[in-house]
Amino acid sequence: MESIDVSMDINEIIKPENLVYKKSSLFEEKPFSYCPGCGHGTIQRTLMEVVEEMGITEDVVGVAPVGCSVTMYEFLDIDMLQAPHGRAAAAATGLKRVLPDKYVFSYQGDGDFAAIGTGESIHTCNRGENILVIFVNNGIYGMTGGQMAPTSLINMKTSTTPYGRKQEQMGSPLKITELIAQLPGTYYVSRHAVHTPAGVRKLKKAIIKSFELQKENKGLCFIEVVSNCNSGWKMTPVKSNQWMEENMFPFYPLGDIKVDGKLVK
Amino acid sequence: MSKAKGAIVVDKEKCKGCEVCITACPHQVIGMTSTVNAKGYRVASMVLPEACTGCTNCALVCPDGVISVYRLKAASVA
Amino acid sequence: MGEIKLMKGNEAIAEAAIRVGCDAYFGYPITPQSEVMEYLAAEKPEERTGMVLLQAESEIGAINMIFGAASAGKKVMTSSSSPGISLMQECISYIAGAELPCVIVNVVRGGPGLGTIQPSQADYFQSVKGGGHGDYRLLVLAPDSVQEMSDHVKLGFDLAFKYRNPVMIQSDGVIGQMMEKVEFFDPIPRSTEIQPWATLGRKGMRKKNVITSLDLDPYQNEMHNHFLQEKYRKMEMDEVRFEEYNCEGKLDYLIVAYGCSARVSKKVIEYAKNEKGLNIGLLRPITLFPFPKLQIEKLSKNVKAILSVEMSAGQMIEDIKLTVGKGVRVEHYGRYGGVVHNPEDVWNGFKEIFLNE
Repeated sequence: MESIDVSMDINEIIKPENLVYKKSSLFEEKPFSYCPGCGHGTIQRTLMEVVEEMGITEDVVGVAPVGCSVTMYEFLDIDMLQAPHGRAAAAATGLKRVLPDKYVFSYQGDGDFAAIGTGESIHTCNRGENILVIFVNNGIYGMTGGQMAPTSLINMKTSTTPYGRKQEQMGSPLKITELIAQLPGTYYVSRHAVHTPAGVRKLKKAIIKSFELQKENKGLCFIEVVSNCNSGWKMTPVKSNQWMEENMFPFYPLGDIKVDGKLVK
Repeated sequence: MSKAKGAIVVDKEKCKGCEVCITACPHQVIGMTSTVNAKGYRVASMVLPEACTGCTNCALVCPDGVISVYRLKAASVA
Repeated sequence: MGEIKLMKGNEAIAEAAIRVGCDAYFGYPITPQSEVMEYLAAEKPEERTGMVLLQAESEIGAINMIFGAASAGKKVMTSSSSPGISLMQECISYIAGAELPCVIVNVVRGGPGLGTIQPSQADYFQSVKGGGHGDYRLLVLAPDSVQEMSDHVKLGFDLAFKYRNPVMIQSDGVIGQMMEKVEFFDPIPRSTEIQPWATLGRKGMRKKNVITSLDLDPYQNEMHNHFLQEKYRKMEMDEVRFEEYNCEGKLDYLIVAYGCSARVSKKVIEYAKNEKGLNIGLLRPITLFPFPKLQIEKLSKNVKAILSVEMSAGQMIEDIKLTVGKGVRVEHYGRYGGVVHNPEDVWNGFKEIFLNE
């Protein structure tokens, strides 16, 4: 087989029948509001691919938090509600309890889920609500301009810890995912990242698995996505992904934490 | 084994020039344009088109989903 | 004749919730209204009507579960008391902004702070003037009997869905705890009606529905606010409810009072007639918002003065003064902080204020 003629015209290739990947149709025309390179876009893109491929658009309802993804309902072409800061898990509980045969997910950031919403988050997990919680952990409050979050690492500089987060003053970063994995109500708990193609593929599988488990009322499925915050961390997207690997992953190791209701880590 | 032949199409006006796709491409196909789009971002584009195998890595990590990927079926290559 | 029972006000609320076809109740224990959830739990509503009953981790959890379930267009209700209602305020503002129907029962207790578990009416400002942030209103019903505790649940849901607005039933520890005869309405099956705006999943790939109170564009948010204000003006035109007691003929004085203070005032009217030959009328607002302004204005003509009887330091009195203006003397009497005034207290207060006795 001789190598392909290099000068083959690109137009030969980019024919509809040769299309192998395109963004899900479940998006509005409006571009994402997220900063260049932000993981929120990648996560939500993967989520919508799953909704489209599983064919559950007619039966899924999402709950948006308060944070950078507060207006995600403007981009995603599915039914959604926007809950008060920290309360998306409780809103998702109420929604799922009256719509038991629908797919319900709440999408929350670290401030939303693990700071102001901790009470709702822990009790939603403890009740084992049959929902999917997608918890985006970028260790900072992005929307409000880069303040410290409960998951901010020690010595991490933020606008409210300009000299680095000090353990004596602000305690240590909160491993909320390991915390809720201890609760019997959680069935599948897994931590992911989307800065690499392999990571995106794994996240997609985890979301599909979670929706399937939800259909079988197995209990709460929880996916943490460790993500970057370019504007908050004051780095370029590529640099922030490197920083994330070197600093966030050691403290928030990727991989499954609980499978089929049993801790694996 | 003949190398699969691929190509990407970038939605120029929605690309935010984050360059995350560059590091994801196994064959260094992508680079940034010298020109900017309406928002003032340099845009991802194929600087080494012939190396593209249509593996979709770039599209998977694109936070704004601006990359569409095409791959020539092996049959039509022969 | 509906089924008649002897019941606490709190229990009547719960029974009415099941009968009205409520889809879900989310609540949290707090004296003096825990009986609502206890009664519901004992009745196994999931078996009677399929109604969901869930105790939340806090009033904040409960009201946000209401937000989620109401977004599905379901009939949802919660109940609490003063401190708990304070915790709910942020989400109540969201519910009003997102235009979600629901019924919230406040069995008021003495404040401020932890205050006391005894009855009070000192949450008038919070409920009527909007306890949360932003320009919004709740439609506020004020029952004065166990009968009205039941009736207002039905009325409350009708109004909530008519206006896509939260409705508050503003009771107090007296009405909640006391037992009285109540005739219940016949059970209404839970509705299967789909609300066009509800978030249920894009059935038949219809256009998506979004429930939100957010609009980052201030001009659009201003328009949304104007729309909400229109709604409240309509409520003021069409939904005012009140009771007039002994208001025929020439009145010497007018008492304005709601809930248990209105019942106490009816006795005062008797004392005034027998002891002083005075003809006092009572105007009992049943809706605190919309406030019965026109009626009070009409009755305020030719009376020597108006007495606002409230178990608070005087809150509704401001709305009375706003209504009648400078021309009419308006005074307040009320034991408060958790003390319930009896007819003698009010009658002595009346004499002291108006008859210098």
